Amino acid sequence: MLVMFGTALLAVCYLLGIVAGDALGILIGVKANVGGVGFAMILLIASLHFAHTRGVMTVGAERGVTFWAALYIPVVVAMSATQNVVVAFKSGIVAVLGAAGSVVVCACMIAVINRVIERRGVDPAWQNALPSAESD
Amino acid sequence: MELLYKAVADNGLVAAFAVVGILLWISGVISRHIFGGRIQGSAIAILGALALAYLGGALTGKAKGLSDVTGFAGLALMGGNMMRDFCIVATASEVRVSEAKKAGALGVLALLLGTVLPFFVGVGVARAYGYVDPVSLTTIGAGAVTYIVGPVTGAAIGASSDVMALSIATGVIKAILVMIFTPVLARFMRLDNPQSAMVFGGLAGTVSGVSAGLAATDRRLVPYGALVATFHTGLGCLMGPSVLFLIVKALYG
Repeated sequence: MLVMFGTALLAVCYLLGIVAGDALGILIGVKANVGGVGFAMILLIASLHFAHTRGVMTVGAERGVTFWAALYIPVVVAMSATQNVVVAFKSGIVAVLGAAGSVVVCACMIAVINRVIERRGVDPAWQNALPSAESD
Repeated sequence: MELLYKAVADNGLVAAFAVVGILLWISGVISRHIFGGRIQGSAIAILGALALAYLGGALTGKAKGLSDVTGFAGLALMGGNMMRDFCIVATASEVRVSEAKKAGALGVLALLLGTVLPFFVGVGVARAYGYVDPVSLTTIGAGAVTYIVGPVTGAAIGASSDVMALSIATGVIKAILVMIFTPVLARFMRLDNPQSAMVFGGLAGTVSGVSAGLAATDRRLVPYGALVATFHTGLGCLMGPSVLFLIVKALYG
């Protein structure tokens, strides 16, 4: 039962986030969900923080959230197995060049920005402080 | 044998858990014993899954990879948007707020660049290959942002269906390239801390590409990248049919 509380909290955050994303989409006149997953993540972070400070978060409830986080890589593997790879291979040179070009340009841009961040100094503490969540 | 076949066919999602579990186990063994742990098991699993998706598509001639093969239909549910987004939200429980806050403004800049740069690369390539009308150019450029931004933009400005298909293909190829090359380019992109993952999430776009790419690089970076990438499609759908279309129209109209 307690495990379910965690999963239910996650589900409520997810649904509210999607609603917020859809509402924002309608508000700005876009036929898409704008940042729904992001809103849901922020909601979950906030409600977990609230539950922790109130001391109502149990180990069981925590597990109801972390289980789904651990399922993340298997789900991504399943997602990869359902991609339309055949079309990607077959489609013309325009699609391939357009995609490859934007990946290369963006990779270079990421490299530039992250080198600037690095020069400003990154706190290496997070490496040790985070619990290792390798799930492969 | 027939009983097993029926059990698998009737219980698609559960069968998918078993299939993915076996794939991850094999990938882990390959990672440890052949590559000495230098290539992550999850990266090998994702590559293997893409190869299986090709096989499935080639066998059935349909659009959803391995899940179109009888007995593997559950993969579509397990790897669908609902499960993917649900698990991404769950990873937020690992976010350290102080880290996320540091990259706030940079995330916004990355998002803007991640929309504008791929768009104009796509427009440039399409222009070089003989597309001249602003509607087609914009639709193909939008496809280079993500494979959802492409058709949404195309539908809004009235693109033809073959241009839409080309636009979607561009986005799908981009997502797959991001999945494959993120772990390869991780050192070059300095992708090794939460801030860099947020910059990556903004610039690389496509939630599927970002989430699989980060999973194959360092699982702990996933929530930071996803937090930003989730705004990518929305921003693209907002800018594609409006600002970007007007710019293309002004340039080539």
